[in-house]
Amino acid sequence: MNSGSLGKTYADGAIIVRQGDSGDCMFAIQKGQIEVVRRGKDGDVRVAVLEEGEIFGEMAIFEREARSATVRALGEVRVLTVDKKTFLRRVQEDPSLAFNLVRMMSRRIRRLSGEIAELQPGGVARSQDTLALTDAERRIERRNRTDRRVTKDRRSGGNRRRDAERRGAVAASPSPA
Amino acid sequence: MRPTARGARQQDNLASYFEEQEGQLALADGSRIGVIGGGPAGSFFAYFLFRMAESAGLHISVDIYEPRLFDRCGPAGCNHCGGVVSESLVQLLATEGINLPPTVVQRGIESYVLHTDVGQVQIETPLQEMRIAAVYRGNGPKQSEPVAIAGFDRHLLDLSATVGAKIVRKLVTGFDWNHGMPQIRTADGDMATYELLAVATGVNSQILEQLNSPAMDYQSPGTLRAFICEFHLGQATIRQWLGNSMHVFLLDIPRLEFAALIPKGDYATLCLLGEDVDEQLIESFLASDEVKACFPDTLVPTPACHCFPRINVRAAVRPFADRIVWVGDSGVNRLFKDGIGSAYRTAKAAARTAVFHGISKADFEKGFWPECRTLIRDNRIARLIFGVTTLIQKLRFLRRGVLRMIAREQRDAGKNRLMSSVLWDVFTGSAPYKEILLRTFHPVFPLRLTWNLLAANLLRTERKGMKEGAR
Repeated sequence: MNSGSLGKTYADGAIIVRQGDSGDCMFAIQKGQIEVVRRGKDGDVRVAVLEEGEIFGEMAIFEREARSATVRALGEVRVLTVDKKTFLRRVQEDPSLAFNLVRMMSRRIRRLSGEIAELQPGGVARSQDTLALTDAERRIERRNRTDRRVTKDRRSGGNRRRDAERRGAVAASPSPA
Repeated sequence: MRPTARGARQQDNLASYFEEQEGQLALADGSRIGVIGGGPAGSFFAYFLFRMAESAGLHISVDIYEPRLFDRCGPAGCNHCGGVVSESLVQLLATEGINLPPTVVQRGIESYVLHTDVGQVQIETPLQEMRIAAVYRGNGPKQSEPVAIAGFDRHLLDLSATVGAKIVRKLVTGFDWNHGMPQIRTADGDMATYELLAVATGVNSQILEQLNSPAMDYQSPGTLRAFICEFHLGQATIRQWLGNSMHVFLLDIPRLEFAALIPKGDYATLCLLGEDVDEQLIESFLASDEVKACFPDTLVPTPACHCFPRINVRAAVRPFADRIVWVGDSGVNRLFKDGIGSAYRTAKAAARTAVFHGISKADFEKGFWPECRTLIRDNRIARLIFGVTTLIQKLRFLRRGVLRMIAREQRDAGKNRLMSSVLWDVFTGSAPYKEILLRTFHPVFPLRLTWNLLAANLLRTERKGMKEGAR
């Protein structure tokens, strides 16, 4: 490892976080890729592939639940541990420290919502390989653009829509994640 | 000319949107902000100001005035500092999405070696992970080969430019008010007026004196002279003799408060802090056996580069006024430690206040000053803690006890590492001093210390035997 590398290096396939373990830290990927795998009734399902600059394990910071998934190194990966104590101590004084995490979690919820919408009965989650994940993201982005156009159109006809809602003619549409 | 409260455009005035106050000084769409100094404090301020303004849907422009080119070797590209990014700051920056690449980090530090005249002991990081970054502030010492590294300051300045800040390569030489707004003059005679000015000059800048006017109530910080030098040792020697450890010295040398040897790429940085460090103090330090033992053949090489920068040891008075805020060293800093961390904290607090509260003196008092006050209060406790470390430096029987206690804690895995964690955080600056002090109130702490003091002094051990856990 380079003498200027921060964090800890994990070899390909090494488990960084194990599903069911208790956790008191989150992790920032300094270099390489990791895969998030969740064990279900039908075996392991890859939930996501995360890359340099991304954070994982953040749920342990906010909840006292066990780790919800296993995280494995995809190739050699370098990961920096962020202590729950360090984060919570600082976020009390500076709540904006959570901005980046909230933004990142928001992106993930948006992506997962898109994937759920894409799932067909008996189908496979799009994120089971990195390429499919990228395709799914592209589709979400296309749909978001369409949503924005629709929202703009709706704004221009806001009064008519509100009148229609009052009459119960327009069903409440689900809010985007 | 004194600034006057000027009603900002109410319709797109963000602070008024949040605070619902009339006639408040606040940033608005199109506001221009000037930052004097492109060190960590200036870059952090610009970066967070942009990020927060973006979140709030505010369009602003920021000019950072920095004449120094950080990619130059030696003093011309350096901001004169030991160059250690603390363990807590590395983690907080990662949380913010700011990661330090290996091209910026000269060496990841994973342990400390405490050197005293009665022995030495190694204190491991709790997770045995490299979470302290030894960095160059510029592009390495004067005689170093220009290599493809980016200094820490350059990295942050690039980051702020990435989010939209404009870097102005000019020296700010003058300051005045223009219709209630801060105006700066550069060396080439150009003038620029801004809605908000952030002063991030550090304490070694001439312009700070001009801002030291009674009209603004600001008084610049109290300073001490420190000594920093770089020794060329080469990668192999550093690996063999210093490793990935920062070497801290608790030596009974008059006026010496803190001394550390920090391994980097091909160089090791020596940092001495104390009561006006002078040649005599430096010679006494370098002549000590404990220091010489850190170098091959006990020969301390001639420094490749050295400087005597002033450091902030007493907070500035009122580092804020209408439309002006002082961040980093030119305002309030943590005593002796984590200067870059203080720059991050004060710069972010100033940016947060400017975007979400306003830019008047009252706004900064409400939003920015509490962050400074926390640092100032913590520094009072720091003086007490450093008083105790000075006592340890002076009293040999204390040094024996402390060293023995750490050695036992490091040897026995799973043991509650009370003294190790206290000294780790004192040396790394990772935790607030208040928290460090409270840790010593643990009921086991005085009992264990007393036992180790007795054991170490009654069962006098030869110095060689005391070298536990080192290297």
